[in-house]
Amino acid sequence: MISKKVVLHFPRSLVNEPVICKLVRDWDLECNILKAQISPSEEGLLVLELKGEEKNFELGMDFLEEIGLTMQPLSLDIVQNRSRCQDCGVCVPLCPTGALKTDPVTRKVSFSDSRCVVCEFCVQVCPFKAMEIRF
Amino acid sequence: MSKTIHEINEKIKRGKAVVVNAAEISDIVAEQGLESAAREVDVVTTGTFGPMCSSGAYLNIGHSKPKIKLGGGRSYLENVPLHTGLAAVDVFLGATVVPDEDPLNKVHPGAFAYGGGHVIEDLVRGKDLRFTATAYGTDCYPRKELSTLINIKDLNEAVLFNPRNAYQNYNVAVNLSDKTIYTYMGVLKQNVGNANYCSAGQLSPLLNDPYYRTLGIGTRIFLGGGVGYVVWHGTQHNPAVARKENGVPQAPAGTLAVMGDLKQMKPEWLVGTTMLGYGVTLTVGIGVPIPILDEDVCRHAAVKDEDIWAQVVDYSEDYPQGKKNSLGEVNYAQLASGKITVGEKTVPSGNLSSYSKALEIADTLKQWIKKGDFLLGDPVASLPGAESGYTCKPLNERPFEK
Repeated sequence: MISKKVVLHFPRSLVNEPVICKLVRDWDLECNILKAQISPSEEGLLVLELKGEEKNFELGMDFLEEIGLTMQPLSLDIVQNRSRCQDCGVCVPLCPTGALKTDPVTRKVSFSDSRCVVCEFCVQVCPFKAMEIRF
Repeated sequence: MSKTIHEINEKIKRGKAVVVNAAEISDIVAEQGLESAAREVDVVTTGTFGPMCSSGAYLNIGHSKPKIKLGGGRSYLENVPLHTGLAAVDVFLGATVVPDEDPLNKVHPGAFAYGGGHVIEDLVRGKDLRFTATAYGTDCYPRKELSTLINIKDLNEAVLFNPRNAYQNYNVAVNLSDKTIYTYMGVLKQNVGNANYCSAGQLSPLLNDPYYRTLGIGTRIFLGGGVGYVVWHGTQHNPAVARKENGVPQAPAGTLAVMGDLKQMKPEWLVGTTMLGYGVTLTVGIGVPIPILDEDVCRHAAVKDEDIWAQVVDYSEDYPQGKKNSLGEVNYAQLASGKITVGEKTVPSGNLSSYSKALEIADTLKQWIKKGDFLLGDPVASLPGAESGYTCKPLNERPFEK
């Protein structure tokens, strides 16, 4: 069993295709939608957590590639810029997954991208613009 | 046992002063006892690094050829308006000012990406900034327009002058309503979803000298990475706030007005800051040394987070409507744990003020003093004290016929 978070960019032509439905039905992949967004030019962005047998996961990824979806692992997407971060800690209670944590001894703020679901709340809220989105 | 600031300065000059930070002194008092600690320790350093909106700098840009009268006209630094109510080439740059065309919070919630605080940071960083001005022109100052790059190195004066900094304690902000709100205490989630506070707690300058015994006008401080001075009590200074038995105010009380040469400050300690949906401000680093004059001063400096209390205040209705209402009290150890209790609810807590940076300031000041580079200022006048009758009053609104 493997579990991965991926960011899918849908071109206009695919926005109306039932892609998630196929991943679930044909390859038995559990899909947890972390974020879904359609921009004005009707491109789509989907952040998914996919869980399933490794073989099925690979077949699912092959399918997505065949139909023309670009995909990247989620871990590239939010970055903590340590030179801007002032370790205040105001982001920590607002992080829904605990990806941002305060060390009880040093009281500095750490960011774990494996827990991040790219809700982007920290990016908006950080008073020093220390959290950056990189797609 | 008592010492004077003069005696302590003599020890500093000889490199013999015993200096510790405000967290260390609590441990020393616990281990050695108050009497021994007060005798041995000469200075306790404090620190704080948080958003301080009543901040700004006055600049003298030097006279152009021909001369221009900026006073009474309009001037901008990187499109951010300057206050031009001073002399010909003196301007004031406030931390919270934003460009004329800024959409503010008309585009929800309000990005406030750039303003006075960011310009101050860029100025201190040594960047070339675009200065533009229009003027009404006079016989002696005939020029009506000026556009030039300026750099802090070339200014005659660049002086940080902050009318209110280093608040002695503050509130813990929550939101009782059912909608997220955007405040100077940060984003507050509905139904008490989070609790924000803003203090360095046991490291904070005025919480370590709660009755303002050792500091006053002329106290030398760490300010923005360089040297500054306390020059007055800050606006909204309120020494008469209720205090716990240990003398520490349990709500926002005293404040400091501080000043220093911006040219010797550092951008790491004067950081442009955006409060989403609220506005722009400046995060300022301040450190105040406390001379350990006697056991009483030492006892106050040894205060710990668990002995400093703050009021939980609703910022959705009570605060904006000016209703004095506390939803309960919590101490800074509870706040630092990351979770507090409000009513029956466990609420995650976040600090707007950086404790780790405050510690860095206190330790930097410690090094400066130990090296003999920094003598303590002997105040020439005190700040209004708890018994002075000085209080902060709300506005008495008196309408007039237009």
